[in-house]
Amino acid sequence: MAAATATQTKYEAIIGLETHCQLNTNTKIFSPVSTQFGAPPNTNISPICLGYPGVLPVLNEKVLEYAVKAGLALNCQIAPYSKFDRKQYFYPDLPKNYQISQYDLPIAEHGWLEVEIVDKKTQAVRRKRIGITRLHMEEDAGKLVHAGSDRLSGSTHSLVDFNRAGVPLLEIVSEPDIRSGAEAAEYGQELRRIVRYLGISDGNMQEGSLRCDVNISIRPVGQTEFGTKVEIKNMNSFSAIQKAIDYEIERQIKAVGKDEPIVQETRLWEEGSQRTISMRKKEGSSDYRYFPEPDLPPIEVSVEQREAWGGELPELPAQKRHRYEEELGLSAYDARVLSDDRAVAEYFEAAIATGAETKQVANWLMGDIAAYLNSEKLAVTEIALTPANLAELVTLIEKGTISGKIAKEILPELLTDAVDSVEKLVESKGMTQISDTGALEAMIDELLTANPDKVEQFRAGKTKLQGFFVGQLMKKTSGRADPKVANKLLSKKLKG
Amino acid sequence: MASTIRTIHEQLISKERSAVEITTETLARIEQLEPQLHSFLHVTAESALAQAEAVDAQIAAGEAIVPLAGVPIAIKDNLCTTGIPTTCGSRILENFVPPYESTVTQKLKDAGAVIIGKTNMDEFAMGSSTENSGYGRTCNPWDFDRVPGGSSGGSAAAVAADECAIALGSDTGGSIRQPASLCGVVGMKPTYGLVSRFGLVAYASSLDQIGPLARSVEDAAILLAAIAGYDPKDSTSIKVEIPNYAQNLQPNFRPKAKLRIGIIQETFGSGLDEAVNTAVRAAVEVLQELGAEIQVVSCPRFGYGLPAYYIIAPSEASANLARYDAVKYGVRVEEPENLLDMYKRTRAQGFGTEVKRRIMLGTYALSAGYYDAYYLKAQKVRTLIKQDFDAAFEKVDILISPTSPTTAFTAGEKTDDPLSMYLSDLMTIPVNLAGLPAISVPCGFDRQGLPIGMHLISKVLREDLLLQVAHAYEQATQWHRQQPQLL
Repeated sequence: MAAATATQTKYEAIIGLETHCQLNTNTKIFSPVSTQFGAPPNTNISPICLGYPGVLPVLNEKVLEYAVKAGLALNCQIAPYSKFDRKQYFYPDLPKNYQISQYDLPIAEHGWLEVEIVDKKTQAVRRKRIGITRLHMEEDAGKLVHAGSDRLSGSTHSLVDFNRAGVPLLEIVSEPDIRSGAEAAEYGQELRRIVRYLGISDGNMQEGSLRCDVNISIRPVGQTEFGTKVEIKNMNSFSAIQKAIDYEIERQIKAVGKDEPIVQETRLWEEGSQRTISMRKKEGSSDYRYFPEPDLPPIEVSVEQREAWGGELPELPAQKRHRYEEELGLSAYDARVLSDDRAVAEYFEAAIATGAETKQVANWLMGDIAAYLNSEKLAVTEIALTPANLAELVTLIEKGTISGKIAKEILPELLTDAVDSVEKLVESKGMTQISDTGALEAMIDELLTANPDKVEQFRAGKTKLQGFFVGQLMKKTSGRADPKVANKLLSKKLKG
Repeated sequence: MASTIRTIHEQLISKERSAVEITTETLARIEQLEPQLHSFLHVTAESALAQAEAVDAQIAAGEAIVPLAGVPIAIKDNLCTTGIPTTCGSRILENFVPPYESTVTQKLKDAGAVIIGKTNMDEFAMGSSTENSGYGRTCNPWDFDRVPGGSSGGSAAAVAADECAIALGSDTGGSIRQPASLCGVVGMKPTYGLVSRFGLVAYASSLDQIGPLARSVEDAAILLAAIAGYDPKDSTSIKVEIPNYAQNLQPNFRPKAKLRIGIIQETFGSGLDEAVNTAVRAAVEVLQELGAEIQVVSCPRFGYGLPAYYIIAPSEASANLARYDAVKYGVRVEEPENLLDMYKRTRAQGFGTEVKRRIMLGTYALSAGYYDAYYLKAQKVRTLIKQDFDAAFEKVDILISPTSPTTAFTAGEKTDDPLSMYLSDLMTIPVNLAGLPAISVPCGFDRQGLPIGMHLISKVLREDLLLQVAHAYEQATQWHRQQPQLL
């Protein structure tokens, strides 16, 4: 009976994300030691990173600046008075066996970010605000390398690399406003866009500089209380987040349908088998015995300081998207693609600032140029083609100086070799379009004389043959004939 | 009469004695006394002689030397010294040699002071008798059956026994002042933040402060000026100009009637030795004769200092001592079965009873469900005690109490009764909770010939006044000239 009603019940998922974002400061949060990723084990360390007896932490001011900027970009309230706390637990990758973090007075709270959800079928874009509960600063732990197993259990011994210990982190906790894997993936991507726009993190998930843990429960639609929460870890891409959540929603609905209880636990996403597996049961919440860090004075951010840092914020991805749609008339899709990467967006804006046609510039950037960047693994800042060059190229097509086809032919050269003027280049190569009616008429007359049978057939009704003549004319002009003018002249002459 | 910094300095510049001679004589005295006294955990003869030679070379070259140059100094073993074992009196750090130097010892080295060795202490500075050392107790130079106080008992005994001219200690609840009192020397705890804690192995970070032990107030003043000052490596250190405390001491200073001295009423109650009571009251009379205006003031919440301290200090200690896990440095048990076994057995064997007791106290006080009732409430008490002091300092410039309720007690007497041991710091603890500076100066002897100390407290950053008043008292009395008969 219960099973029968359960199958008919519609469920919704309640999802919150906890994101750890490594800041790209040159030195660690509490010690003047390099944060360089990929250095040989235990080379970026100092007595402070290792929690040696008698050493003291000193806050890297850059970390505070980045945290406040991130808080402002996420529409948070910045705490005028904040502090660090010690979060205590024993683990060999945690040098002091406590982590310097923030507990009850985080640097930023009560914010939100906007995500755009694209409907797969209709391609319609829906905007949604996801609440940000809090954002705080903390230090990263080191890394364990287990010999003989992927995990601590089953390994013969473990090695510890403290290079990462003390790398600054922002922990960003969302409200449980997320309802699907797609929304979660979009939230993660938007967060990454924001930190990249701010220039405070590289947001690289493979290298672990952006790590997302998911909290998820289900409940029948209409019910107000939450179901039992399960935590999922170990996703190292946004698509993994989406798939792990979708899998977990299914699993929980099936379990409830079979009258199996959902247990409060931590589950791991297994990329290989594309499923979540139980890692550990949670018996009550852990007691971290937080207390204020006595080695660091409270953090005070003055209004002047907050406003000064706020004034340094760039236009953020959501603002750009809105502006591109509303002021530039781009589609929601184009606006999303162009604003995804700050450098591309700035390139785009520089190109259209000269008056080049917006949609054409967008098409080039999203089409041929994007394809080239993709295949060559280059950033838009690394190509020889300047925004001014692209604007000139688009304008030359618009004016009819060159054809779109010629433009595509010349692009590879422009991407790799710097030029002052695209127009001079096409002129010197004799690639400008022939729009001169006199010259074209003479060539058309020649063609008609040379192909009397085709002219005959055309006039008998086989009008498709106009294409043949266009092709011949293009051949004769190496593709430089202005197609509009050529077609117009041909129609007239073929009809006699 | 044992040497002071001033006499050593005069002998050095007049070339009456060389730094090497002074160091050699000091080392010889240490060698004679140590088998019984046990003030030191490590004697650094080689580096001390090298430092002394460098000072002699400076003098020979006609270069000017600062007063601390060539002066033998002992360092409490919770101050990190590069290449010299730093054990904190704990077995868990038996093999620990720091690869870095504490800010204070660096300053001393730069001044040419001769670091003669590292002194014994209660393990991780937790104790009031130096009996909690993992390496055996230190004797009180006035009576070897008695304790020197603690936790800086090794430093206090070394100064009293003339095994060095001066010493550094650390004071979290009285750990400089109480042993100074019990050994008959001067001991001072500066304002919290005046002296950098970088390189001081933490016991309770919000209370720990490094300070001088010396045979005269002037020597304490010279040493304090040398170690004080802002340090970018310690975020809790204060940015403030350091006065030349010693130079400002007036030789015949007479406190003017304007100088108001308050006797803390609550510290003269039950549990106070009659001899201590009499001696401190007599000392107050001396100050009055010198011209100070005396009044009795009340610090009603003073008595809550001790219980608040035994929540706050162990709470911080429980976190500070979590790092001794055998992963990175220190002792590790043989053949651990797994991670948990390594943690448990290393810590069970490495830590002594009192350290374990305080780790457990602190862990408990910070646990979910108890935090508000213990840690948070203790912090509120701390605020109330500060307010008591603030109110008292509206009325007076200096507060006075006995340094410790009793003179030196017999070894073993209180080891099984932690509460009675804790009471030994009753008078000193509130000062740490309030972050104030305070000094203990010798003010008499009991019938067994054991020294008594008077405790003077001032407002934050009034070390200048505190030293001046203590100096005036010292100059008017002879107590500090008495020395234990050892050889």
